Amino acid sequence: MAGDVMTKTINQKAWLFVIPVVVLVAFNAIIPLMTVVNYSVQESFGENTFFWAGVRWFEELLSSERFHASLLRSVMFTAIILFIEVPLGIAISLTMPRKGPWVSVCLVLMALPLLIPWNVVGAMWNIMALPDIGLLGHTLNAIGWSYNYTRQPFDAWFTIVLMDVWHWTSLIVLLCYAGLVSIPPAYYQAAKIDGARPWAVFRYIQLPKLKYVLTIAILLRFMDSFMIYTEVVVVTGGGPGNSTTFLSIDLVKTALGQFDLGPAAAMSLVYFLIILLLSWLFYTLMMRNEAR
Amino acid sequence: MRPRYLVPAIYIVFLLLPIYWLLNMSFKTTNEILGSFTLWPKTFTLASYETIFTDSTWYSGYIASIEYVIINTVLSVAVALPAAYAFSRYRFLGDKHLFFWLLTNRMAPPAVFALPFYQLYSAVGLFDTPWAVALAHTLFNIPLAVWILEGFMSGVPKELDETAYVDGYGFWRFFFRIFMPTIAAGIGVACFFCFMFSWVELLLAKTLTSVAAKPIAALMTKTASTSGYQLGLLAAAGSLTLIPGAVVIYFVRNYIAKGFALGRV
Repeated sequence: MAGDVMTKTINQKAWLFVIPVVVLVAFNAIIPLMTVVNYSVQESFGENTFFWAGVRWFEELLSSERFHASLLRSVMFTAIILFIEVPLGIAISLTMPRKGPWVSVCLVLMALPLLIPWNVVGAMWNIMALPDIGLLGHTLNAIGWSYNYTRQPFDAWFTIVLMDVWHWTSLIVLLCYAGLVSIPPAYYQAAKIDGARPWAVFRYIQLPKLKYVLTIAILLRFMDSFMIYTEVVVVTGGGPGNSTTFLSIDLVKTALGQFDLGPAAAMSLVYFLIILLLSWLFYTLMMRNEAR
Repeated sequence: MRPRYLVPAIYIVFLLLPIYWLLNMSFKTTNEILGSFTLWPKTFTLASYETIFTDSTWYSGYIASIEYVIINTVLSVAVALPAAYAFSRYRFLGDKHLFFWLLTNRMAPPAVFALPFYQLYSAVGLFDTPWAVALAHTLFNIPLAVWILEGFMSGVPKELDETAYVDGYGFWRFFFRIFMPTIAAGIGVACFFCFMFSWVELLLAKTLTSVAAKPIAALMTKTASTSGYQLGLLAAAGSLTLIPGAVVIYFVRNYIAKGFALGRV
């Protein structure tokens, strides 16, 4: 919390202010989470018959190859996404105009993809990538790449990575841009007097200032790319084969498709715990930065 | 134009290409879409838009979406305001743990909660109402709103509160008359993000509705899958979903960058 810098009064009545939030979030978080925990240790037959299953689903899940494969795909996707979007986002924010009428134009146009419903994003890229009549697919085929995202796993990956770069790089750009404009001009003047080269300005003035916003940006991008569902389902449906079946897609297939409540619930919990653990690592790092 | 502006310029062109393609498709006839590859509509038609505006299942989808997005935004920000104030001004038992617990909900994958949510909201009789979706979306929007608002509030010196009390203001009068106007930009940013994440989320919105409160974006998936290959209609419906976002961005354009800068940086 940023407020830790300020001296705060100890006041237990502050709980009263927090109660509405706690009640609402608890209703939405704790009841469903307990449902999931409940399912995860039981076996279901038909409508409402349940048997105690202990940790069986967890054991099966952790040794299941299908789960390992989905997990690996999710991790790979997130790694590729962060590897492309973070440097690209920084580069764009550095080269954007800082003042004048173009700033608003850039910001409005760049924020646009962030406000498109996720399945519309999927539909858009679906239409864009159709091999025969889509702009992307047609162009790629015209230049000699026999591109078909519904048949070749590599093409499917190429399409969803490109889609995610299109969809979310702007978030990093906006955050970094906000960090950059908050650097006082005096810093740049001092650097100019010292005759610093652009790289030195970036390394010693801009990057340190960006560190905090970048942590938020990476945290948000990590969580959301690890949870990606709708866009990918609309474009590839997890295919061809299982090549783009990420954890979330696998989970929904198990829970709502096959109605295997026990295994799906066990998977939900493991999935949630992975995100929680990694986010907690980021969060503590962030807090440490802030304390300094 | 300086050469370094090429980078954002190319990026913006890249952003606009799929949007252009969607609009392009929405003005074509089905025959033209399936028949050939054309860079712009040869036979310009508004037929797809006409279908949407005359068929009540389509436009009621828009109304449903906007309904739950607005309920969610108002609700999330309203309850987040006092909570963020508490986090930014006071220390109390378990405050840090509570703050982190709230944030963990922003990390919960909607896929995990889809089925339990369906059962929960069916059990309390809210299934297929805008309220179900609005309440479900508070799961990730309240933590976000608290996070953003807390940042803005911590930027306001505590002397403001103390001076107001000395001047004889009661707490709520101070909060509404002085404090909220002071952090208006922060409230704007929080509303923007709540609107954004509620408007774009679909998995929960789709799971919690069937007919009456079906969001527009979910209707699109249905069209795409059930009534054959109506790409023009799909593209037109998609194009229309861009409008609310564009309007909202236009209004908050000066706050987006500044908001981040003031609030959390």
